[in-house]
Amino acid sequence: MGFSLEGVGLTHANGFRALHDVDLRVAAGERVALVGASGAGKTTLLRVLAAALRPDGGQVSLLGMEPWTGSPAALRRLRARIGLVHQAPPIPPRQRVVTAVLAGRLGQWPLWKSLASLLYPLDPEGARHELARLDLGERLYERCDRLSGGQLQRVALARVLYQQPDLLLADEPVSAMDPALSELTVALLNEEAIRRGVTLVASLHAVDLALRHFPRVIGVKDGMILFDMPASQVREAQLRELYAAEGGVPMAGVAAAADVAAPPPLRCI
Amino acid sequence: MMAEVRRDPAALSRLGWALVALVLLWPLLRLADFQPGVLLDEGNLRAMGHFIGGFLPMETSHDFLTLLGKAMVETLAMATAGIALSLLLAVPLGLAMTRALSISRIGPGRQAWIGTLVRALVRVLLAVLRGIPELVWALLFVRVFGLGATAGVLALGITYGGMLGKVYGEILESTDGRAARGLLEAGSGRIAALLYGLLPQAGGELVSYTVYRWECAVRASVVMGFVGAGGLGQLMDQSMKMLNGGEAASILVSFLILVLAADGLSEFLRRRLA
Repeated sequence: MGFSLEGVGLTHANGFRALHDVDLRVAAGERVALVGASGAGKTTLLRVLAAALRPDGGQVSLLGMEPWTGSPAALRRLRARIGLVHQAPPIPPRQRVVTAVLAGRLGQWPLWKSLASLLYPLDPEGARHELARLDLGERLYERCDRLSGGQLQRVALARVLYQQPDLLLADEPVSAMDPALSELTVALLNEEAIRRGVTLVASLHAVDLALRHFPRVIGVKDGMILFDMPASQVREAQLRELYAAEGGVPMAGVAAAADVAAPPPLRCI
Repeated sequence: MMAEVRRDPAALSRLGWALVALVLLWPLLRLADFQPGVLLDEGNLRAMGHFIGGFLPMETSHDFLTLLGKAMVETLAMATAGIALSLLLAVPLGLAMTRALSISRIGPGRQAWIGTLVRALVRVLLAVLRGIPELVWALLFVRVFGLGATAGVLALGITYGGMLGKVYGEILESTDGRAARGLLEAGSGRIAALLYGLLPQAGGELVSYTVYRWECAVRASVVMGFVGAGGLGQLMDQSMKMLNGGEAASILVSFLILVLAADGLSEFLRRRLA
């Protein structure tokens, strides 16, 4: 129940060719990090995996379904089972945190429940539970425009955790957080994927975070897969090639080697 | 890879359209026979002064004020009922018109033409509804329902339904659609995406436009009163025909009060929603 891409290519409406002939097979329960320079195609790849972008060539199979051959209703049900943490949290500034988190289950709830929850939150404890894991439990009834960028990113993450997707995708989920918090958050994503046995794919700007937390690392360059291997086998020369255009390999750089052996304690309830 | 572009590719067309607008504006002003100088002509100034002078002193007799109060309530009721009726048309049509909630835009891709066709038809329907002025609808309905507010309410409901529907659709479309899109991509339905993604951002603007239209409806119901649709307009019509300037002045002051009240209400609602 993982996913597979075969010969997937995608050209954006402005003519930019974002993905070239991508082959990728990920089994259920695998945890994969995507690394690569900005503009390499990581976001496009994640959006294809979220069934949000339709490739113009190749075969896509997600959670055992082909999203672009079935009915619109089947596609909608599939989308409800996939959770994507966006890089820029798509949350209206005036919405309250509780509503923003509960919105994660709109794809599963019947319409009457979505409407009723807007008038009076139906599952505030569920939302509080996910927020508490991200250390935001006490901000439940605040408005999202009162939060910092990093806090908003954690609210967006709490929404996807609340959605409980079978395929968990994250597009630079820690880009607005400081190194220590990034470490905790990436560890939490991995812990969630292991606990629920779901597939996790996250793109990360900081390569060291990817190498520390994910068993499998994929390097994306110019819309193609440059390497795809266990994290332990990634060599510095490959990373240099991956980031040749940026003139250096980006690192979060807070955790020393000791932290890798014993990750910091997490709030996993 | 795209070819490198050295100049701003939009500059030339922007300049072109600005020039076209200027060239079109001049003959339009000539055609409209726009001659503001006539306003300052001595004879005209005297005529206007005489007309305005007739408005004073204002009529404040108890009987007239009772009549005025009754007409004011009738006008308010007509405008409010008209707006309520127009919402029944505008909300579904506005939603149908907006592209922001189009699921076919994020895939499945097939049958996208159905959505495009529906949106085009709704656009035409809204244009027809608001293209015929409410005065014409009122003249039509007065023949059916006789003198009174029913004709005015129906006329307002139809015309304003067309206006509100168009503007609702456009407000929703110009709202940042990423939140709604994110929800649709996570399998949410259209109405849920509207309520959780678009309304939190567009709500203030929708409310303020609706209240502004309610204010316009108050004025429009006055105009329709002239053709027998009741309210302040009918009263104004009688006063003007009897050349009673004092009464007309009192009626004008009550318009002003209504407009200021609408403004205050709009401000209050916007602050609550901010």
